[in-house]
Amino acid sequence: MKKELGILVIFICLCFTVAIGNPNFLSFTNLQNVGRLIGIFGIFSIGSGIVIITKGVDLSVGSLFALTGIIISQMLVEYNIFWVWAVLFTILLSTALGFLHGFLITRFKIQPFIITLCGLLFYRGMARYISNDVTLGFGYSKGFETLKFISTGNILGIPAPFILLVLIGGFFWLVLHKSVYGRYLFAVGRNEEASFFSGINTNRIVLSAYVISGFLAGICGILLAFYTNAVAPSAHGNFYELYGIAAAVLGGCSLRGGEGSVIGIIIGAAMLQVIQNLVNLLGIPSSLNFPVMAVVILIGVFADRFFATRKKKQNLQI
Amino acid sequence: MPDKVKISETHPYFLEMTGISKAFDASCVLKDVNFKLSKGEVVALMGENGAGKSTLMKILSGIYSPDEGIISIDSTEQKIREVKDAMTLGIALIHQELNLVDNLDVAGNIFLGQEPLGWLGIVKKKKLYNQAKQILDILGIPIPVNASVAALSIGEQQMIEIAKAVSQNARILIMDEPTSSLTVKETKILFKVIRDLKSKGVAIVYISHRLSEVFEIADRAVVLKDGRNSGELLKEEINHDNILKLMVGRSLAPVIQNKVPGMLQWDFAASDLRTLKYPQKKINFRIARGEIVGIAGLMGSGRTELVNTIFGINPKVGGKTLLKGAEVNIKRPADAIEKGIFLVPEDRRKQGVITEMDVIDNITITNLDAYSILGLIQKKITKRISEKQTQQLNLASVEKNPLVKYLSGGNQQKVAIAKWLALSPHLIIFDEPTRGVDVGAKSEIYNIMRMIANTDSMILIVSSDMEEVMKISDRILVMSDGEITGELLKTAFSEEKIIRLAVAKLETK
Repeated sequence: MKKELGILVIFICLCFTVAIGNPNFLSFTNLQNVGRLIGIFGIFSIGSGIVIITKGVDLSVGSLFALTGIIISQMLVEYNIFWVWAVLFTILLSTALGFLHGFLITRFKIQPFIITLCGLLFYRGMARYISNDVTLGFGYSKGFETLKFISTGNILGIPAPFILLVLIGGFFWLVLHKSVYGRYLFAVGRNEEASFFSGINTNRIVLSAYVISGFLAGICGILLAFYTNAVAPSAHGNFYELYGIAAAVLGGCSLRGGEGSVIGIIIGAAMLQVIQNLVNLLGIPSSLNFPVMAVVILIGVFADRFFATRKKKQNLQI
Repeated sequence: MPDKVKISETHPYFLEMTGISKAFDASCVLKDVNFKLSKGEVVALMGENGAGKSTLMKILSGIYSPDEGIISIDSTEQKIREVKDAMTLGIALIHQELNLVDNLDVAGNIFLGQEPLGWLGIVKKKKLYNQAKQILDILGIPIPVNASVAALSIGEQQMIEIAKAVSQNARILIMDEPTSSLTVKETKILFKVIRDLKSKGVAIVYISHRLSEVFEIADRAVVLKDGRNSGELLKEEINHDNILKLMVGRSLAPVIQNKVPGMLQWDFAASDLRTLKYPQKKINFRIARGEIVGIAGLMGSGRTELVNTIFGINPKVGGKTLLKGAEVNIKRPADAIEKGIFLVPEDRRKQGVITEMDVIDNITITNLDAYSILGLIQKKITKRISEKQTQQLNLASVEKNPLVKYLSGGNQQKVAIAKWLALSPHLIIFDEPTRGVDVGAKSEIYNIMRMIANTDSMILIVSSDMEEVMKISDRILVMSDGEITGELLKTAFSEEKIIRLAVAKLETK
């Protein structure tokens, strides 16, 4: 928890600033809405973060959202497939694509940036092709109300996606920080060669990170499609892969690999949503959305560097 | 040329470092250290890892600035604030890790940053090559100036580094473990170059752990211990015992004797094993239970390739490995580990340990499944296991469980060994186990090996340090150009025989 302290402090300061600037920030509806977005963005950011921990990067996430959004809409609305099968198929497809990324990266030793960049281009194009570049929606969600509820509903006032994030986050916290597999992930990210010399099947570990990223992107693809209720194939999910990466980096993941935590990633994702909210609530022109985000990310990363060097100074040569 | 070694009467020393102190944060690394150097003198700077040798030399070359103390050159006090200041004063440091640019050729590297420039800042190629050739000729280095640096051996690259320093008119040359990756032949050339430079009046600081080299090349030895001057030895006083006494300040651990051999049980065998690097050469050898077998040979003779193949880092091209008479099929390290075959690899920091992880995590990573319940690591167990290992290996100061990168080379190596000891080893392979390890930790590592062997395990050790391989092994295999050219029993060990076998296949070419 010590590592996440810096980012947590900044996050709380940020919330205070927004709340003072516009008390509406603390209104129930606003918190509910921000919470919902945190849920959706937090879930796939965990995937992005796990990939980054293995020293990789997944750029395909945003385009996957478009592809999965189009596919689930078509299955539900056009083909009237039972929603459970549709959900399973969509998540399975997304997971399989993650597997494909991981396979190409580990088998042929191609840089993750390139493989997932190709994914980004390919899936976006496929989404547009399949849908004839037409925006698709879900109508009145007849027959799959449950599914819509998971994305837009609340349980005891808490947005369902947020609850989902807590569950998934808890699970991955255990996996990453307590399990053997998690230890291997960090080991491979820090030093793949030494990990291989220690008997770890490093290829399998790296591959699994992309599978997880694909799986979580599949879940979020469905949540996001129902949240926006309309999937415009050329714009849906644009830049979202970068939100995932930004959340992970804000949360303490290093692009050099082997560094990061689930709690950090979730705080990072939450921070990005609060910034988004800040722009709206404080009446900042929405065109300045990205610059504001850039500044906050920079501050976050510098703060992290500051804490890291201080910690380093406490460690003496032994 | 006796006049060139002449030392001026009034200014006996060319370089004088007086009362140098340096602390990082709270820990004091150097305390009131004095170091003097004359023109044309080779001074060996010695001490265990962490004694402050590197820090002292980094201060001299401007990488660190001292907290206290005076540096004077030619009796003039100098402030060396940055590397550039040191360069202007003619001080050049040749790092342990070489700093050459791979995609430039030899001449380009020698004059990197000081290329002869013509009109519009365009490099005068012809002049560059001519000057580079001149320097190499003066030093007697037989390397073409347009050769690609990437294609040179490490020894040759070292020569280029020296040429670079000479081109900058270095008057003081600092060499940090220059021979740690050189072959015997390359070391000889290096020594010749050092003697040449010496006769030209260049003052040389020579840092090395290898005592035999110090005997050969040094005019004087300065020994540091725990950041202070421990003593100084003149050429005629330099010998094994004197140096060790000053370096360690305590007597070394007694060498554990090997058990009296009973009937030899050949527990491991390589049968017609062929490696990727030398697919034509078949390798046959066997190891008996409780035996330490050394593999000697020159760099590039296929030793590392052989042990990496046994451990499953690289696939074998053909042949078999047998453990207790049964063939073992090893495709990746995990297979070898399952059979009780372990490797402590050559490159400690890249392969042996994960420097960014702590001691416990490093030691337990090889057997995490055994320390976990339902896939969740049990911290109590990992802590207990690593405590047991660190105690057994006398691994100092690990109560705080620091990141491995903060440990000294010797302690890092102990971590790299400890990670295997919790598993029950049949065969442990050590590849260059004491490279960059100080004398005290060295003898401890030898004892650990003997201890492991005495529990009826087998040990295979690859080493370029002839003294070491003869000291620790019960039997030595010598490799040359990818094949085993000979086997020496303990009674027949001699440096000469090993070298003759090591070059056996090179001469016939």
